[in-house]
Amino acid sequence: MVSREKKLKIKDISWLTLVLLLSVLPLIPGFTANSFRMHIMILIMLYASMAQAWNIIGGYCGQVSFGHSVFFGIGAYGAGMAVVTYGGTPWLGIIIGMILAACVAVIISYPCFKLSGHYFAIATFAIVEIFNRGFLVWDWIGGALGLDYPIIEEGLKNFMWHNTKTPYYYLALLIFVLIFSIVRWLEGHRFGYYMRAVRDGQETAESLGVNSTAIKLTAMALSASMAALCGSFFVQYNLRVDPPMVMSLDTSMKFVLVTILGGSGTLAGPLLGAAVLVPLQEYTRAFWGGLGGGVDLIIFGLLIIIIVVKQPAGMIGILQYIQKAFKKTKLQEVK
Amino acid sequence: MAILEVHNVTMKFGELVACNSISFNVEEGAIVGLIGPNGAGKTTLFNCISGLYKPSGGNIFFNGEEITGLKPYEIARKGAVRTFQVVRPLKDMTVFDNVLVGAFLYSRENRIAFEKAYECLRLCNLEHLKDKIAGELTIGGKKRLEMARALATNPKLLMLDEVMAGLTTTEMKASVEVIQRLRDHGMTIMIIEHVMEGIMPIADKVIVLDGGVKIAEDVPASIVKNEKVIEAYLGTKYSKRYREKKVERTDGGAYT
Repeated sequence: MVSREKKLKIKDISWLTLVLLLSVLPLIPGFTANSFRMHIMILIMLYASMAQAWNIIGGYCGQVSFGHSVFFGIGAYGAGMAVVTYGGTPWLGIIIGMILAACVAVIISYPCFKLSGHYFAIATFAIVEIFNRGFLVWDWIGGALGLDYPIIEEGLKNFMWHNTKTPYYYLALLIFVLIFSIVRWLEGHRFGYYMRAVRDGQETAESLGVNSTAIKLTAMALSASMAALCGSFFVQYNLRVDPPMVMSLDTSMKFVLVTILGGSGTLAGPLLGAAVLVPLQEYTRAFWGGLGGGVDLIIFGLLIIIIVVKQPAGMIGILQYIQKAFKKTKLQEVK
Repeated sequence: MAILEVHNVTMKFGELVACNSISFNVEEGAIVGLIGPNGAGKTTLFNCISGLYKPSGGNIFFNGEEITGLKPYEIARKGAVRTFQVVRPLKDMTVFDNVLVGAFLYSRENRIAFEKAYECLRLCNLEHLKDKIAGELTIGGKKRLEMARALATNPKLLMLDEVMAGLTTTEMKASVEVIQRLRDHGMTIMIIEHVMEGIMPIADKVIVLDGGVKIAEDVPASIVKNEKVIEAYLGTKYSKRYREKKVERTDGGAYT
């Protein structure tokens, strides 16, 4: 028991160190307030948070959802409407968006959870299309034109800065820490164990007193509200939103791919996935984007194929493999 | 007092009647064996009691409350927990985490649940395997894991579905001991078992099913002499021969 607790402590300490390093990053030259590198760091934090939100339902609870762009979009529109349509601060809109996303998630997942395995995934595909079309023709929220942000006073109140990316970076880091802490907490408590039990065997879990439907719905609601939070950050950073930008299968795939490539069902997986994929995506787009559209996507696709074939557990699987090999050589040295 | 009352439970799959109007009581603190040839409907009956199937007819009472047609998790929360004949480890989780999932029904407090899980691992002789991934265990280990996991929920009624099949003699003796110890602590236990050496010495009562019908319910000593039971296990032809041989032997005075 002692060793187990000690191990957990080491894990937490390494996470805290990482967060500390990330929080002093803007002080390092090369990461100036407006640099491309800063932009990439912000995107890494955002994608890691998105992936971690998806990881709750997709990784830990085992329900592969392709519908997360809907929740992402609801969050984005929550903030966007508050600023563009009502001329207020985005904060109330963010909270409403998160609550709304959780409600929508529960309403659409309840019938979908009666489907199992692949059928659940297919049903969530359809939902993205429905929301996408619905939002395109819905005038109240701007329809196909979307919402364009006006130039307003910068600062925390308006969640907007014009000349520097540093505050965006810190807010992204805050969201990242928030979502990772929630998942870290869940991992060690009853709910987290129940989620994994539902993933590994729903009937077995039920025979041990686990209400699997309630667990899945709660996980979905939590995951959706976290996705909405990421969505509202995205719109505040991007200053523009339209339906295809947020509510598309493209966005949904990002939630899924980053997590699965990093290692789904693990705490570090989403960060690992984002840390590799975001720079790859952004730099290939920056350097080879001009070669005619799609070179970045080709490289992206190749990497995904290689990893899925060679290491289905994701990049975290590669790390564990290296760790194991390292331990083995150490043991041999001792001998 | 009877902790479990089964009244006329019938389970049909289309035209096939897997359980036909089965009734019996399980007394609190008893070990009850449920035996019968393959396809007799033993596991189906367990599935009806534990809520996996909704019986086509009849009623089931647990602790005086009707539980017929409740969801499996509701029945488990009331204190009737079962294991599966075809083992179902939560295969990507460690052995310890498997048992912990059960223990969280006993208490939602981490500390208490952890202690309970350790206790059950020790009891089922799995302590040295606790950090192993459950899917990597041997069949014997998986069977013991099924039991440890169910035990960790601290059930009032433990339903064991062939936990001894495939175990070595030593392992089997160990599980028999564990079951007896549990009964001494006041747990009621129902066991489906084919291994007669495992069940006959410890059962207070044995219920025999054949073709979905209850054909006998008695103490083990009488069950082994029951003609219907012998017939069910050996078939009509062989049981006749067996009886004739027995008569011959009694006549010859060589055997009694």
